[in-house]
Amino acid sequence: MFKYLKQLTSLVAMVAVLFTFTTETMAAKKSKTLKNTQKKGFVRCGVSQGLPGFSNADAAGNWTGIDVDVCRAVAAAVLGDANKVKFTPLSAKERFTALTSGEIDILSRNTTWTLSRDADIGLTFVGVNFYDGQGFMVRKSSGITSTSQFKDGISACTNIGTTTELNMRDFFNSKGIKYEPVAFEKADEVVAAYDAGRCDTYTTDKSGLAAQRTKMSNPDEHIVLPETVSKEPLGPVVRQGDSVWEDIVRWSLNTMIEAEEYGITSSNADMMKTSDNPAIKRLVGAEGELGAAFGLDNDWSLRIIKQVGNYGESYKRNIADTGILPDRGPNELWTKGGILYVPPAR
Amino acid sequence: MNFKLKDIVPQLITVLAVIFIFGFFTYNAQINMENRGIDFGYGFLSQESSFDVQFSLIEYDGSHSYFRAYLVGLLNTILVSVIGIIIATILGVIVGVARLSPNYLINKFAAFYVEFFRNIPLLLQIFFWYFAALRALPLPQDAEAIFGVFFLTIKGLYVPAFIWQNLSIFLYSIVAAALAIIIIRIHAKKVQENQGKQIPVFYISLGLLFIIPLLSFFIGGVSLSFEVPVLKQLATTSFIYEGGVSLPPELIALTLSLSLYTATFIAECVRAGIQGVGKGQKEAAASIGLTPNQVLKLVIMPQALRIIIPPTTNQYLNLTKNSSLAAAIAYPDLVLVFAGTALMQTGKAIEIVSITMFTYLTLSISISILMNWYNKRIAIQEK
Repeated sequence: MFKYLKQLTSLVAMVAVLFTFTTETMAAKKSKTLKNTQKKGFVRCGVSQGLPGFSNADAAGNWTGIDVDVCRAVAAAVLGDANKVKFTPLSAKERFTALTSGEIDILSRNTTWTLSRDADIGLTFVGVNFYDGQGFMVRKSSGITSTSQFKDGISACTNIGTTTELNMRDFFNSKGIKYEPVAFEKADEVVAAYDAGRCDTYTTDKSGLAAQRTKMSNPDEHIVLPETVSKEPLGPVVRQGDSVWEDIVRWSLNTMIEAEEYGITSSNADMMKTSDNPAIKRLVGAEGELGAAFGLDNDWSLRIIKQVGNYGESYKRNIADTGILPDRGPNELWTKGGILYVPPAR
Repeated sequence: MNFKLKDIVPQLITVLAVIFIFGFFTYNAQINMENRGIDFGYGFLSQESSFDVQFSLIEYDGSHSYFRAYLVGLLNTILVSVIGIIIATILGVIVGVARLSPNYLINKFAAFYVEFFRNIPLLLQIFFWYFAALRALPLPQDAEAIFGVFFLTIKGLYVPAFIWQNLSIFLYSIVAAALAIIIIRIHAKKVQENQGKQIPVFYISLGLLFIIPLLSFFIGGVSLSFEVPVLKQLATTSFIYEGGVSLPPELIALTLSLSLYTATFIAECVRAGIQGVGKGQKEAAASIGLTPNQVLKLVIMPQALRIIIPPTTNQYLNLTKNSSLAAAIAYPDLVLVFAGTALMQTGKAIEIVSITMFTYLTLSISISILMNWYNKRIAIQEK
């Protein structure tokens, strides 16, 4: 009997050692995520379950939006084809677990960058692709034109698992207003309940309000109040612990923004190769060896610009032309009065 | 020795395999969490939650701890389960008996109800009651008063609040009534055993339950007044009712859909139980001169219950677990508050999911134990 026991224990130990060994060697490689992505042939990207302008699927299953474009940019850089992306729609509640558990490699889902998220739960924010703030939507007929007209007993519909829930409490507490929070798991249900009259106000990021308003049975009956009650810098997120992958995603986003700054668009990118400006030449891959640092070829940024376009094109295509937020506000380049400012690619 | 070894080795391998599998998962999770910089620990439970919950049975707001938020969710789950189980049982028994009715209309109506509600997915029914039925309800300012004091609106059901004076005396009077009923029952049983005379215990009990608390109003100084909900304007077209008690539409929709759905299964259990009692039992009971009511109460039901209870326990468990679908319609149950918001705000997925699983397991096992105890009590006492 003891003979068997001994054999079994040694077997268990062997398997355990083997397992430790494999995880160690894989983690030791430069970027596990990059390697896996190139092996699979597609970028695994977590998006929302449908937020027009940010990430939304049409009837044929084609995803569009500025959050979607971040993933497409990474696919263009890493795999050479912006369409090689597998999108996973996630609820606010599921998103971080999906990323930390390795189900997706980029979370590009209008996610607010906060200290606790960045530091606590194994996530790393790579940048901001949309500067937003929380606002309130009400029915026009209510006559409310400012949050100062809110009274005790007001009911507010929102999503669970978002910073919105926390901001809402801070806001109403600071005003000393008693309120009824009605929190749903999915955005579609929040909209349906607010639209039915269950709540007096619907609160989330202002871009979200503008986008969801287009889904209401009669969009003209609703207005977004002018006050902004929080800072919501939205941006793509990656898992902690793979700094190469983190850099690839960060600089894919930065490339789109810098391309707009230098006037490089999807249509003129090839011509820009002969530009006199070295900064432009670097961005289109005609000068320098910028891709090598990530283990990519030198045309990675050119492919992003050609296949996805610069940030301005993406904004215009997804958010301005769809009537969600025609005014870019803070999401304009720093050179044009906005706060979009990225470090130089050199 | 050889014989013993043959006996022990397979069991030993099984135990080792189980230990190995659990060990592997724990080890794997540890490694991966370490790699991704995730801490493990339950310390977050005492931290301030900083989110509010719509509806709570205990005092709670965002300044309380995550543990308090857990309790809020747990109590809301228990609330909806208990109400659901009570309604589903009453409805289920009525429909189950109705399906055996010789009356064609009642019989077919009950059959239609069962087939209709048990064959539509529960989540769909919850959505129907919440979104479709809710939309049909009036806004607070358009609501017609029911009996002058109830208001059923899109924002919930508003009912008058009871305002008691000397509530404790009233509660004592109910306890006194209950004691009196127990004494009467014991006395009645003795009288029946000794003299064969039957005392109408049911009517006497009903009378006592009514008269003693009523007396407390006249002698005990108990008084009851109602606070009727009053319409309050928040903005030009936005109103609520103030005062009284408000039941959120999420609670109503969830209870309604859970009870209507589960009642169909309980109805089938009841029907099976009654049909499972031999026809001869009924005929024999009738032949010794028992009235039809007595036949049902003394002969059929005690035997039928033994068949009904075990499958009904399953339905109670299902109802409790199905209440987690609440998250879809914003009813703040355990899943929405704890495994939803709290999980999101802390990022402690493994800890929170494990606590939630353990809680549902405990709830389910408690119901099982209770029902098994009841089942044993009504089982045939072998002498």
